[in-house]
Amino acid sequence: MSVQSNNPANTGVSQVTAPPASAADPDALEGTTANRPRRHRAYNREHNSPLFYVALSLIAMVFIVPVVWMFLTSFRVSEDTRAIPIQLIPRRFTLGAYRMILDPNSEAAGANPVPTWFLNSMIVATLGTVWNIVVASMAAYPLARMQFKGRNLLFATLIATMFIPGFIFLMPNYLMMDRLHWLDTIWALVIPGAAGAFGVFFLRQFFLSIPHELEESALIDGANQWTIFTRIIVPLSEPALVTLAVLSFLGHWNDFIWPLFVLFSPEKLTLAPGLATLKGAYVTDYPVVMAGATVAAVPVLILYVILQRYVIEGVASSGLKG
Amino acid sequence: MSVQDAVAPSSGATEVHGPATVDRAHVDLALSSSKLRHHHRLTPYLFVLPYVALLGLFTLWPAIYGFYISLHDWDFMLGTKPFVGMQNYKNLFDETSTTYQPFWNGMKNTLTFTVVSVPFLVLIPLGLAVMLNRKFPLRTVFRALIFAPFVLGISVIGLLFTYLFDARYGLFNKILGWFGVPEIGWLTTQPWAWIGLVLVTVWWTIGFNAIIFLAGMQGIPVDQYEAADIDGAGKLNQFRFITVPGLRNVFIFIVTTTILASANMFGQAYLITNGGPGDSTRTAIMVMTEEGLRQFRMGSASAMSYMLAAFLAVVSVANFFVMREKK
Repeated sequence: MSVQSNNPANTGVSQVTAPPASAADPDALEGTTANRPRRHRAYNREHNSPLFYVALSLIAMVFIVPVVWMFLTSFRVSEDTRAIPIQLIPRRFTLGAYRMILDPNSEAAGANPVPTWFLNSMIVATLGTVWNIVVASMAAYPLARMQFKGRNLLFATLIATMFIPGFIFLMPNYLMMDRLHWLDTIWALVIPGAAGAFGVFFLRQFFLSIPHELEESALIDGANQWTIFTRIIVPLSEPALVTLAVLSFLGHWNDFIWPLFVLFSPEKLTLAPGLATLKGAYVTDYPVVMAGATVAAVPVLILYVILQRYVIEGVASSGLKG
Repeated sequence: MSVQDAVAPSSGATEVHGPATVDRAHVDLALSSSKLRHHHRLTPYLFVLPYVALLGLFTLWPAIYGFYISLHDWDFMLGTKPFVGMQNYKNLFDETSTTYQPFWNGMKNTLTFTVVSVPFLVLIPLGLAVMLNRKFPLRTVFRALIFAPFVLGISVIGLLFTYLFDARYGLFNKILGWFGVPEIGWLTTQPWAWIGLVLVTVWWTIGFNAIIFLAGMQGIPVDQYEAADIDGAGKLNQFRFITVPGLRNVFIFIVTTTILASANMFGQAYLITNGGPGDSTRTAIMVMTEEGLRQFRMGSASAMSYMLAAFLAVVSVANFFVMREKK
């Protein structure tokens, strides 16, 4: 997500550049704390000094204050944010900034249609996530559970592509989008996103851990592979699928460099590149700029608060292989 | 990090986590000993077909096609795209060419950012992971909090920090002012622009590396610490002689991915400094995308991308061997 978000072929979960090892264990972090009380008695016997809590509080402030500041500023009157000296505590509150970016009749609506961008981001992230999950789980299933010629070659290729830096794909995939007439459409963001290897690798690891007995009895009952996949493997893999879904959604929602170049019409943009134009248009009208940032931040923060555990465990598992 | 290493059965820290360590031999055995493996010969191919099509179309083919583009004078806007051989690459080494100066300036800036940012991006998360590995109230909340910025996109971060860094109206100078620090031109003077970009990057991505370090630490067998306790080793020595060696693979992973991530830096500089002051924070990716996707000179831009990729490949391999040797 992130740091390496410039792989158009990996828009979904491009941050994670290396294969997860224990991806199969969604409880990687929680499990270690919950299942091994002995370790904690032994290793954490020491008391934490007051200084430790002071440090923790300061660190917590460093992460809370900027976001709270963004949120508060979005409700302020523009002149107040340019007062000297700076008012730390807002004296006046207004919804003016939100009216400016959300009201279809405001002066901003033409060049910076934030509600349209929000909708575009929602559509892209939702479709992209569903597409990513469907494609990756279908590919991961035979890679984990069936014997077929070319399986090892496919798996090795998939791993190898994880080591190609994303910017290599920018130019040729831009031309590919042009050829497919997908430039300036959501398809440029949705379809190539599922070409990334991470999702397949992640789900394959999980599928490997599912016991064979269930599908063997299903086979005796005459089930075919599609039935086994949809009725047994997929339902049993819910934690892994949720993890991949939330990482994929975040990846699509936040993707910046690829939409910045493949989308150009104001009404076609997603929020991430849209915010860049909003910033260009409103420069130091900070309440408007912060309102835009808040609109983009709130959905992912809500998603994160609800599914925090899946996000963190998904990321933790990505590094365990080392 | 080699392909072999990435797929080899896990060792050390990862073993405790169970299910994933089911290795291929075991799976093969389970499959072949089962007489029930009755699927049509084509079934697995149908399952992988959508993915293989996408992989071919948007990953494998572009990786080759990009190189083909780089051998041409490929202007997206023009009908003819003449073959020029290695000319685009030669231009990158020819001081009189138009691409020479921007490209190497971008490479230099990317190198500067990477060298300055990586130590902080590795060591600060390591420190945080040590803190998180202790037991304290609201630990899960704290863990979630330090990871939270990472779920925000670079566009949100970019807008937010542009405001925080504002020399006159920004929060940073306000807070520093309490300590008597005079107004700093974060976005308009060096070295402050670099310091600002490193700060943003640390704030944004700190949780990612911290979580991976933490997972690695929790995989170190606890009896090693118990034995050290009995032998009277202090906490510092335990960290140095148990934690650090136990995290060797995690270190290699984190340092490699962090170097690559820093070398890919784009959004921070694009949104916050816009490459300035002057062109001093214009990174290689900014130069490449400007050349190829704004000016549409895709041949030279592709040559730049392959050059940068070659540099990164060398750095990754060197880093892997250096860190592996260090015992």
